[in-house]
Amino acid sequence: MNSAGLIVFDALLLLSIVGLAWASLATTDVRRSIILFMALGLVLAVAWGRLLAPDVALAEAAIGAGLSGALLLAAAHGQPSPLPPESTNAPRNHGAAGMGMVLRWAITLLCAALAGTLVWALLHAFSNPQHDMLPRAISANLAASGVSNPVTAVLLNFRAYDTLLELAVLLTAVLGTFALGQATPGYRPAGLVFDGLVRWLVPVLILTAGYLLWAGAHAPGGAFQAGATLAAAGVVLRLAGRTRIGLPVGFMLRMIMAAGVGVFLLVGLTLLLLGRPFLGYPPAWAGSLILMIETAAMFSIAATLLLAFLGGQPESTDVNAVANRQREEDPRC
Amino acid sequence: MLTTQILYALAGCVLLALGVRGALLHASVLLRIVAINIMGAGVFLLLIAVAYRGPGLAADPVPHALVLTGIVVAVSATALALALARRLQVERDDG
Repeated sequence: MNSAGLIVFDALLLLSIVGLAWASLATTDVRRSIILFMALGLVLAVAWGRLLAPDVALAEAAIGAGLSGALLLAAAHGQPSPLPPESTNAPRNHGAAGMGMVLRWAITLLCAALAGTLVWALLHAFSNPQHDMLPRAISANLAASGVSNPVTAVLLNFRAYDTLLELAVLLTAVLGTFALGQATPGYRPAGLVFDGLVRWLVPVLILTAGYLLWAGAHAPGGAFQAGATLAAAGVVLRLAGRTRIGLPVGFMLRMIMAAGVGVFLLVGLTLLLLGRPFLGYPPAWAGSLILMIETAAMFSIAATLLLAFLGGQPESTDVNAVANRQREEDPRC
Repeated sequence: MLTTQILYALAGCVLLALGVRGALLHASVLLRIVAINIMGAGVFLLLIAVAYRGPGLAADPVPHALVLTGIVVAVSATALALALARRLQVERDDG
């Protein structure tokens, strides 16, 4: 593409990003806001592609736009739309109206000042020559990392410790949701057309997840994108009203949830016992160790995201009986 | 410096500020969670813009890895926030 065309493309992309964010925040209708936010996620995925970040683009399309939107929409289900009166900015008397107005403007001005300060700092940073120490160190050591995709090399080798802690954050978040309540009731069985689509879509999603996991070593992809795609298969099954969505129950579920952190720690500690630094893979084994950790991480991430969509611990008794009971209690579902 | 990099970074700053404003001003919990997600998107845009080195050059993979981590942490934080919001609603309805 020539540079004039690219400038027009950039301008359109930036306008849609800022416009969608503005529109999503300006409305007080929860569903409208969420759907605009999902659209923002998709446009951002295009922007990541434009800025040569295909790994991030894949994750954004699967997680930022897809799963976040699904989570939020599931939470908005059953919410009154339009909102309860205290949330609209209709004030009770003139004094409160004046105060409210002043507060709104003060907050708006402070946010503008925040943006201004950030822009000033950025322009200052951009005016200095950029350091390229880290990218050079990565390309110099990429051959010893066991993979040829530099993003996977950073995530699973050079900064593996961060990724281990990230998986721990995921596990903590899902344990937090478990502590807060039971899973939401399922949906009614889907119609013929959607059910037919699901029969095709789910195997394709599972296959795509496997491909993304394998491709992560040398091309855009990896455990996060694969896990999100696998979770999407479960979400689709759930939306179609299936009671079995690929999640095990009881002990097996707990094993899968902990598999990512567990395998990661096991590899790290084994290496420690063999006299190497924690998570300092020997170059000859690095590729296989990374694939092993990523496989475990993919299952953990998929289970975690799916449990997040369910909104809590699924009941470990007979799934069908529970679903039927819930359907009787709540005829809408 | 690269104009593309600056333009996308500026859009990131705008998204961050809009998100902070929304999170502070909205009364509905769900809208606040959406606003915080938009804040996060602004930070991601900023980081990816900084990583961009120009057409034909490989971008810096470290911010890319950071943002990938960020996206996954953001979705799990969103899930926890939504579970808290749901529980809050239940407590309110009971009380």
